[in-house]
Amino acid sequence: MTATHQNPRYAFRRPAALGSAMPEHARVVIAGAGVVGLTMALDLARRGVASVVVDEDDTVSFGSRAICWAKRTLEIYGRLGLGKRFLEKGVTWSRGRVFFQDQEAYGFDLLPEQGHEYPAFVNLQQYYAEEWLVQACEATGLVDLRWKTRLAGVQHNAHGALLHLTTPEGDYTLNADWLLACDGARSTVREALALPFLGQVFRDRFLIADVVMHADFPSERWFWFDPPFHPGQSVLLHKQPDDVWRIDFQLGWDADPAVEKQPERVVARVRAMLEGASGLAAPPFELEWVSVYTFRCRRLERFRHGRVIFAGDSAHQVSPFGARGGNGGVQDVDNLGWKLAAVLAGEAAESLLDSYDAERILAADENILNSTRSTDFITPKNGAAHAYRDAVLQLARGHGFARQMVNSGRLSRPATLHGSPLATPGGEGLPLGAPAPDAPVLVAGRADWLLRHIGADGRFTLLCFGAVPAEVPGGITSVLVTDDDRPGALWDHAGLVARRWQARPGDALLLRPDQHLAARLHAPEAAEIAAAHRRALGLI
Amino acid sequence: MPLQTEPRLADPDALYEALMQAHRELDEARSRRLDARLVLLLANHIGDMDILREALALATQGDKP
Ligand SMILES: Cc1cc2nc3c(=O)[nH]c(=O)nc-3n(C[C@H](O)[C@H](O)[C@H](O)COP(=O)(O)OP(=O)(O)OC[C@H]3O[C@@H](n4cnc5c(N)ncnc54)[C@H](O)[C@@H]3O)c2cc1C
Repeated sequence: MTATHQNPRYAFRRPAALGSAMPEHARVVIAGAGVVGLTMALDLARRGVASVVVDEDDTVSFGSRAICWAKRTLEIYGRLGLGKRFLEKGVTWSRGRVFFQDQEAYGFDLLPEQGHEYPAFVNLQQYYAEEWLVQACEATGLVDLRWKTRLAGVQHNAHGALLHLTTPEGDYTLNADWLLACDGARSTVREALALPFLGQVFRDRFLIADVVMHADFPSERWFWFDPPFHPGQSVLLHKQPDDVWRIDFQLGWDADPAVEKQPERVVARVRAMLEGASGLAAPPFELEWVSVYTFRCRRLERFRHGRVIFAGDSAHQVSPFGARGGNGGVQDVDNLGWKLAAVLAGEAAESLLDSYDAERILAADENILNSTRSTDFITPKNGAAHAYRDAVLQLARGHGFARQMVNSGRLSRPATLHGSPLATPGGEGLPLGAPAPDAPVLVAGRADWLLRHIGADGRFTLLCFGAVPAEVPGGITSVLVTDDDRPGALWDHAGLVARRWQARPGDALLLRPDQHLAARLHAPEAAEIAAAHRRALGLI
Repeated sequence: MPLQTEPRLADPDALYEALMQAHRELDEARSRRLDARLVLLLANHIGDMDILREALALATQGDKP
């Protein structure tokens, strides 16, 4: 328990299968009710797919873990009905500042333009996100959440997997047609399948302290390199709801975690930081949570193994600079949900799921590359690396080019699925595989957002500029965007849809249910649209 | 345009002298930062990744035993 938050305890419900000699059967089982597993269950339920979710614990995540939720994640939670809660409770930010020694090196804005429903980032403790996900899952009536249920063994076979489950009231077995392994960085499923999880450990340690205080720092990300109050190391400050502040102190590889966690020591560090940052006496504060971490980057070679599919930290792990862990996992879910639902509904072959592998491995590699580069900048590996790092920071104060090299974390951005097997080549404008950019529209005179009209019904969308083709094949929702006020259309009154999508009148853009661009057509015949649709379902 | 390695400076001795002058009073760490700033400034001025990679490859070769 922390000072500002008490974890809920979810009751163990005795499953009917306990005590039965026959294994239970379920179509979809999700291992792990973390942020990724819960999002997976909710996404599937929204598509009418029921699931059983098992978690060894009986509560949401403890203490300081993810806090920064990126715009793309917020858009996905918007689609899942939770976007407003994130905005209302979370701390919205888009600006950051970088300090070097005793001076500000520069400031940046991650979303300088207006006209998006969601901001660049919202800070929110991971446990809130998970609590809301549990509530939303329960409300669907399609998610069978089984707490205090540990997945102890997995026998993988061609029809799915036989799962051995351990509960406080005994053990039972469950035959899953599909097993979605969302069981985190220490994945039992990964171990059971004996899959290597390769990458690198960064030789550095970080003290992460959550502090409760009333302070006037703005809602910005502040990052210090080598500040007088923590010489030779970096410090990161973030604001969270409930007057909680996250402070990360880089400690170096030789630090002793047990010693560094001692409250007196942490309090002294925090006080020095507060006084150094504000030049004033530190306000009263309380420690809410302290932990010491070592970070690593690694991933599975493949995320899909027949009917066992990995998502989130079980599939890939990154260092937190850039907030790409949880955000990356939520995007895995966004990619997997509609595909699995299409396979289960018989609309696509199982091979569609290979595209999950291709697309999300590309994204994971992008996340690993970015977070490795950030970590290399923050923890220079030798004298030359140190000299270059400091040189960049010195130049950043006066020169724009060097600011772009300062790397205190390349903050999570959605992957453009370059080379996706599901995209139909051709056309021009926004790159194929790009995530849909948002823009303001007017619908029957009311202010609305474009993204709310793409994929909300779980289907493919044909975004039509100026005119809807005479014939649109079944399974696709057409959405008309106009530059004047017309009944049934989205009025691009600010011209931002056309600009951000680089669209011309007559363009018809096919979007997948996860809002990624699958085809750029122009005044298409029905057959052209149908072919692009079939390709996006992996049928061609 | 490939990396130019034929003579281009009107007064190479003057450049060499200016470099030595800049480093004269510096300890090892400061010298390294000075060189790093110089490389970064010049790299941005050149602004062509192909040329920079070529220069980097040539420079890396230059210290082979
Ligand atoms: C200090 C820190 C800061 C971070 N900051 C950010 C950030 O700002 N933004 C961001 O996006 N990410 C951040 N991350 C990363 C983020 O926390 C993780 O990427 C995210 O929690 C991964 O979610 P997950 O559901 O895949 O795994 P987890 O959250 O680890 O959930 C796994 C679940 O599986 C359950 N489980 C495991 N094994 C079994 C088993 N055998 N049987 C049954 N259940 C099992 C566990 O109980 C758990 O509930 C941060 C991480 C750290 C450590």
